[in-house]
Amino acid sequence: MLATAVILFREVLEAALIVAIVLGASRGIAGRGRWVAGGVGLGLVGASLIALLAADLASSLGGNGQAILNAGILLAAVAMLTWHNVWMSSHGRKLAAELSSVGADVQTGKRPLAALLVVTFAAVTREGSEAVLFLWAIAAGGGQSLSMTIGGLGGVAAGVVVGLLLYRGLLRIPLRHFFSVTSWLILLLTAGLAAQAAGYLNQAGLLPALGTGLWDTSHLLSQASIVGQLLHILVGYIARPSGIQLLFYVGTLVTVLALMRLVGRRPPARADSAAS
Amino acid sequence: MPSRPVAAAPSRSLSRVRPSSFAPVAAALIALTLAFALAAPARADNAPLITVDAQGFQPKELALPPGKKVKLTIDNKGHLPAEFESYDLSREVVVPPGSKVTVYVGPLKAGRYEFFNDFNQSMRGAVVVKATEADAQGDQ
Repeated sequence: MLATAVILFREVLEAALIVAIVLGASRGIAGRGRWVAGGVGLGLVGASLIALLAADLASSLGGNGQAILNAGILLAAVAMLTWHNVWMSSHGRKLAAELSSVGADVQTGKRPLAALLVVTFAAVTREGSEAVLFLWAIAAGGGQSLSMTIGGLGGVAAGVVVGLLLYRGLLRIPLRHFFSVTSWLILLLTAGLAAQAAGYLNQAGLLPALGTGLWDTSHLLSQASIVGQLLHILVGYIARPSGIQLLFYVGTLVTVLALMRLVGRRPPARADSAAS
Repeated sequence: MPSRPVAAAPSRSLSRVRPSSFAPVAAALIALTLAFALAAPARADNAPLITVDAQGFQPKELALPPGKKVKLTIDNKGHLPAEFESYDLSREVVVPPGSKVTVYVGPLKAGRYEFFNDFNQSMRGAVVVKATEADAQGDQ
């Protein structure tokens, strides 16, 4: 029962943390609650569909279907998080100002609401499909299946609670620093997801490794440890990275930063009124 | 509501591209990924095979040559889904019961690379790469 709880907790944790960060980072954007909830809902449907079709997916594309789908989902999330951060680089200050004055929602410019939906959908679908597959299998099996199912659901609940705690923690950051903190969080998260995508494409044989195990820090911080896993989710920590993962990580980091600087420098007010 | 979502692609060469042209770039990237996927190389013969069932992985230690990209097949002969995962190899794939999946690994240096079943962590095994083969000399 406990083993099942731990497995489900780890599967759900990544999705929960990503949703928490996205919810925090989109603070003050009108309609974000509905779009994030929509992403979670669609994500659960997607997760069930993927779990249902797991066998077909596994044998598709020469046995590489799952890795390629994962890479695709991750890259979509990377693109959407990039858009969100670039948008925030020109609207964050205004959001912070309006939040502190009236606490009202800001309706300005082309808000990256679709990005919120896609990112939460991607996170929930990818991690959720594994959780659903696992839960179904134990629920269908005889013997201890009831206590294992209960343990599994407990693990899911615990993952959601940790996500909630992160969200509440984020909200305690003073408004003055809030959006720069969430921007950095999203930037590192995005780079980590891009590195994961590179890993999957390499696993599927579509990208060269460019050197496996460039370095090995597993004796300092094992990826199997709790801290290692949290850092893996939040900033993309990999104990033994390959060259292609490093390239995607640094490439994404530099590209998103450059785009943020580029867009952030433009005066946002005039562009907004023209856009909406 | 944004009528045309502007998607920024994670390419390294994008820093000079204007925001309005992200969407086509993203579309092109997805198309490229698909093209690659469809052109994936045909299944090679006598590929190294790891099976997993209620007893665990078989073999528990798989010998692989150094300095070579190797196509591993994971075959789940059990009744439960398994997740083949390795931090050492940086690999992770779900193997539904009755399914075979492909995992490319390497080129690897000599060493021991542990893997486990993330859905049942008492199931463990390792890929062992020994630098005794003649191929190793070609690799630096």
